[in-house]
Amino acid sequence: MWSIISVLVENKPGVLFKVTNLFRSRNYNIDSISVGITENPEFSRMTITTSADEKQLNQIIKQLDKMIDTVEVKLLDEKKSIYRELVLMKIKITKPSDIMEITDLSNAFKCNVHDVRKSSIIVEITATPDRINAFEDLVKGYGILEIARTGMCALERGVGNES
Amino acid sequence: MSGARSLMVALEKEGANIVFGLPGGANLPIYDELYKSNIRHILVRHEQSASHMADGFGRVSRRPGVCFATSGPGATNIVTGIATAQADSSPMIAVTGQVPTKMIGRDAFQESDIIGISNPIVKYAFQPMTAAEVPEVVKKAFYISSTGRPGPVLIDIPKDVQQNEAEVTFPSEVKIRGYHPWIDPDIKEIERAIDMLLASEKPVILAGGGVIISGAFAELQSIAELLMIPVVTTFKGKGSFPENHPLSLGPIGMHGHAEANKIMVEADCVLACGSRFSDRSVGTFEEFERNLKIIHMDVDPAEIGKNQTTHIAVVGDIKASLRIMVKMLIQKAIKRAGDNPWLKRVNETREYFRQNLKLHSHPLGAAKVLRKLREVLPSQSIVTTEVGQHQMWASLFFDVIHPGTFFSSTGLGTMGWGFPAAIGAKAARPDVPVVDIAGEGSFNMTENSLAVSVLDDLPVIVFLLNNFSLGMVAQWQRTFYDRRMIGIDLKNCPDYVKLAESYGAQGIRAQSIDEIGKAVQTALKSNIATVIDIPIDPQEDVLPFVAPGTSLKDMILPS
Ligand SMILES: Cc1ncc(C[n+]2csc(CCOP(=O)(O)OP(=O)(O)O)c2C)c(N)n1
Ligand SMILES: [Mg+2]
Repeated sequence: MWSIISVLVENKPGVLFKVTNLFRSRNYNIDSISVGITENPEFSRMTITTSADEKQLNQIIKQLDKMIDTVEVKLLDEKKSIYRELVLMKIKITKPSDIMEITDLSNAFKCNVHDVRKSSIIVEITATPDRINAFEDLVKGYGILEIARTGMCALERGVGNES
Repeated sequence: MSGARSLMVALEKEGANIVFGLPGGANLPIYDELYKSNIRHILVRHEQSASHMADGFGRVSRRPGVCFATSGPGATNIVTGIATAQADSSPMIAVTGQVPTKMIGRDAFQESDIIGISNPIVKYAFQPMTAAEVPEVVKKAFYISSTGRPGPVLIDIPKDVQQNEAEVTFPSEVKIRGYHPWIDPDIKEIERAIDMLLASEKPVILAGGGVIISGAFAELQSIAELLMIPVVTTFKGKGSFPENHPLSLGPIGMHGHAEANKIMVEADCVLACGSRFSDRSVGTFEEFERNLKIIHMDVDPAEIGKNQTTHIAVVGDIKASLRIMVKMLIQKAIKRAGDNPWLKRVNETREYFRQNLKLHSHPLGAAKVLRKLREVLPSQSIVTTEVGQHQMWASLFFDVIHPGTFFSSTGLGTMGWGFPAAIGAKAARPDVPVVDIAGEGSFNMTENSLAVSVLDDLPVIVFLLNNFSLGMVAQWQRTFYDRRMIGIDLKNCPDYVKLAESYGAQGIRAQSIDEIGKAVQTALKSNIATVIDIPIDPQEDVLPFVAPGTSLKDMILPS
């Protein structure tokens, strides 16, 4: 099982290095990490997913909290958060009918279709990991040529206690 | 003013009046300002020693010691010292020169990425890119280094930042939004802790390094005496409680006192104060916590539950937490009598091992040698150690009477630490004798600090337990590698008496217990740097021994 940790950090050079170095030096695993500036340019938000057991997860959070450049560290409750990942998938086109089929599937999954060519098509899917996996399963048969993913991005629902 | 000048002014404002270091191209502007300032400079012969001196100074004075090194090799030479300070939560400020900002990243001459290299071993690192930032950076560095769980902070200053002029103001206070070192201990948890201790039949107190760092000696003693609970310590906590006190059992661990390990294993509840439950102290984690209720007090929330499952956790400064506990005990008029079966058992155990623990029979056996040192050394003297058998013998046979006077590289186990750290300690406390209990293998690593001890009038005594070998490694090869001895033989080289004399220090060879006593007295009276070379038996093992990966109950006793 993976967990999502949301970390608000000082937006300055070297902080991403320190966070990833913490995971490396303490032998924790990062499954995905996404980083971006926030509404306040002094802060960045990192969303980290990790598959750690409860004890290790506890340590990860405390060690992140201990870092001087982290301002807020939160373990997100899946049910009380919105979390998404964006994936670009380049899928092989073997016969002309593949294009229609993949486009139909994409519509069903609310994906955007880009760069339609004779031999390949790029699909953009923004969804939860479950849905991304389901989609991937369905298009596997056509042949997936390349995948690029952003890593999870997440926010808690509501303000304060209202979540 | 220039960045270098700002650095000096800021250091003076922080009360730093001594720095240990060695100059080079990238920190010459800093040295030029040092020349003009009132700060005392101690020129080392190797930067590693500068960092250990700053560390020793910091541990004794409980405010950050400062060391200077140039870029590249100067900076990499202090890495061991920074790691040692981090492992033992010692306050330290390391200031390195860096190549000019425009040259960074171009593989310039003597450029090393010390920020990247040091990342996992510092509490924090700064690299000011403008001269205007310097005052605030220094203020923050001291604040971070000395508060909460102390540690080393690096300030890496590019040469042009040292030289550039800027208008500066020196902040009197700084705030860092991601750093909250002051955590008020939870009173309810302390109350629960008292209840748990009172409800337990076989409680012990485990005092760690945190007691020494926060100077909570009086509070610890009050609690032990009010509740009549025996006190064991970690090795780093050695001497946080007077080792001649009737409730004292000494350090637990790999080379802990037999009675301490025995009682720790039998206990049903432990009040751990400022201890991180290192593997060297507790053996296997699973076995240690079996049938044991753990109350954990620590200033660092990340220590709670890291190695052991705790039943009650009190996060906050140890002195503050213990003080609240003392107050509660007094308010509630809680005072336990000493005539209970547990204390009887504790005293019997201690007495049993005193009578029956076999000591090495050699005329210069470690126990005799170190007990002689204890006998002649004033109790308020400061003692450091190197790393090896002599260090563990010091733990076993040298009782610390005056709390907070014993220091060792316990976390990293850095050979060569004890001597420069002793010099740093002497700089912090010139009024008391300072002794480094040393092995010759360790002493070899930083013995060139004799020049500093002599020339800078920081006389310390090197009490050299010379077994002509890397004795601790030899013991492991005897014990675990079927006596295949390799890489341990140091022969009798150099001649330490001559070595001392060649530096202008005093060298004395002491070949009997009587001569040892006299040599220490000579050193104490003369007040000049002295090496006392004591040829001990290379075959002596450190016992008891809890082998790595085993638990305290599997302690091997001398046969
Ligand atoms: C810098 C460093 N290198 C290697 C070691 C591994 N080590 C631990 S104890 C020891 C032997 C120390 O020899 P000495 O100082 O003579 O002490 P003795 O054990 O003989 O008393 C060694 C090599 C270490 N702790 N530190
Ligand atoms: Mg030796």
